[in-house]
Amino acid sequence: MHPTSHAFKANADKALHDPGLQDALAKLKAGFRVKRAAAVARLPEFEALRDAGRAVKDHTLAHLDFYLEAFEAKVAETGGQVHWARDGDEARKAVLDICRRAGARTVTKGKSMVGEEIGLNPFLEANGIRPVETDLGEYIIQLRDEPPSHIVAPAIHLDRTHVAEAFLKAHRQRQAGRDLTEPRAMLDEAREEMRVHFHAADVGITGANMLIAETGSTVIVTNEGNGDLTQTLPRVHIVLATIEKVVPTLDDAAVLLRLLARSATGQELSVYTTFSTGPRRPGDLDGPDEFHVVILDNGRSNMLGGEFQDMLRCIRCAACINHCPVYGAVGGHAYGWVYPGPMGSVLTPALVGLAEARDLPNASTLCGRCEEVCPVRIPLPRMLRHWREREFERHLTPPRDRIGLKIWAFAARHPTLYRMGTRIAAWGLARLARGKGRFADLPLARAWTRTRDLPAPAGKTFVQQWTERRRS
Amino acid sequence: MTARAAILDGIRRSLRRDRLAPAERNALARRLAQPSPVLVPERGQGEPAALVDRFAAMAVETQASLARVADPGDVPVAVARFLAEAGLPATVVVSPDLAGADWAGAGLEARAGAARPGDPVSVTPCFRAVAETGTMVVASAPGRPTTLHFLPDIHVVVVEASKVVGAYEDAWRDLRAAGEWPRTVTWITGPSRTADIEQTLLLGAHGPRRLHVVLVDGA
Ligand code: SF4
Repeated sequence: MHPTSHAFKANADKALHDPGLQDALAKLKAGFRVKRAAAVARLPEFEALRDAGRAVKDHTLAHLDFYLEAFEAKVAETGGQVHWARDGDEARKAVLDICRRAGARTVTKGKSMVGEEIGLNPFLEANGIRPVETDLGEYIIQLRDEPPSHIVAPAIHLDRTHVAEAFLKAHRQRQAGRDLTEPRAMLDEAREEMRVHFHAADVGITGANMLIAETGSTVIVTNEGNGDLTQTLPRVHIVLATIEKVVPTLDDAAVLLRLLARSATGQELSVYTTFSTGPRRPGDLDGPDEFHVVILDNGRSNMLGGEFQDMLRCIRCAACINHCPVYGAVGGHAYGWVYPGPMGSVLTPALVGLAEARDLPNASTLCGRCEEVCPVRIPLPRMLRHWREREFERHLTPPRDRIGLKIWAFAARHPTLYRMGTRIAAWGLARLARGKGRFADLPLARAWTRTRDLPAPAGKTFVQQWTERRRS
Repeated sequence: MTARAAILDGIRRSLRRDRLAPAERNALARRLAQPSPVLVPERGQGEPAALVDRFAAMAVETQASLARVADPGDVPVAVARFLAEAGLPATVVVSPDLAGADWAGAGLEARAGAARPGDPVSVTPCFRAVAETGTMVVASAPGRPTTLHFLPDIHVVVVEASKVVGAYEDAWRDLRAAGEWPRTVTWITGPSRTADIEQTLLLGAHGPRRLHVVLVDGA
């Protein structure tokens, strides 16, 4: 997928003025956040599991080469094949080669953020292969030809009228005047349509929530059951995974699975957690004849051993996204790439480059909620700060901001000057606000006031008030 | 340089070390060969009878329906009763491993095999059931095809009480001990669902619309 993260400010502006999107985002807060809190409260060991999950991931990352090789050996032993890909090009080519050898015309796909990351669908289409997304949310956005806006709930920005519209347009063989007002009717229609694709597909492509070195298994976690039909019915199963997905043992996986659904949707566990190991065995009545795992790096190995290594612990639960006030205000598309919210603001600059994504680390109030809810305790705010520092070091910050920061830095090193400056500003702004307590419009601060009020200072600075109180 | 070598080299370079020394590799290989549980919540521990009750309660919470019978011989009748109450035809496709049960005696027309398009109801065994979350662990084999868990509209799982364990790790231990690792292992926790349209939770997405558990206390 081609990033448009450089346009974050313009995208965010548009999002803030989109009432439909704002409704959808309001629901997200009431849904995911409340449910997660309830699920966490119900499991006394949750905090201990977070520590254990972090330890499992840290241990694996420190020995990543070993565990990837161990995983590969097990896949080979059980009759599957591992394909290594340095970047999106190599991964797309590996998938295409397998599809070609299988003579594939239609492939079904389970939800895969890695698939989005490497732009697999447009590539397959350009090569004469039709990819069909089978997860309901992914299917809807595929019909609408737009990217996901959330890593767990890809169509969260849409309402039922969007879905009905997309279905009426896509399912032309159906009766034109049918009633598609209820989500139930839309789901039943999608279920029927998808059955045809499930049975017709030559190849099924899924992502992987984890890879297990102990057994050479790939793991998918779904609620719909689409992923399982995708990987069970076609003759060939291709798994798209990235290097940091491997964990040592099934017991290690159990720790992370206890964290994943609770953090994501507030379920105790998702409905289906499936461990696939190699192709169909002798005597089996179903299952694919071929089992391929494409392991992609795409910049991740560079993150090891540095200030962004912790990000590779991410299990893609989206808790940080669901709890982020910025995501809650602008939604996922504003971020301009596959991964939105705090995890995206850390990951995107690492994977597509800071020059493209420099606005993202700044799109945060550093309130810290993301780190509070992250099941594997990733210090997201700290890493956002690292990016901001790098941005400044590399002179990617625009001149106006740099001059502003320099003036501020100078003042901050001269306390008397700083206090005088803030005193004048506080006094002046309070007078300007004329008792209203806020600004709806303020020259020089329009970037702020365009979408929200700027609170006016109380008239005296904190230091002034402090000194006065101590005197009295 | 192959992509494989480049990626593994890149990982080592970033971690500022060489390929691990043999002693270290052996230690990690031992960790893989002798896996052990990391952290099992209290909810996943307890006496067998308590675990069976907890499994039943948790399964119902995931919106599965559940019936308890005393004896393995009661299973076909329980399935027939469930279908009659749901207003469904008395036709099932069963895992070959369950072909020996007296389905006809309960008035059911049963075929053994993998699922075919349009099969309305499947009946399968499970390898273990996990009390912690009301989860059923199913494992594929020639006598237990995977499609039965996903294609039919209704999935009936027969859970013998002796197969109920506390935690996922218990199921792993038993599955490792059972021999060759199965091709497909699925943890099933409730009927399929989605909330992709306006975050409205709907049951019956692409997998079974209903999940029914027949818990056999005397087996
Ligand atoms: S960063 Fe943490 S909270 Fe965010 S998606 Fe990843 S694991 Fe979940």
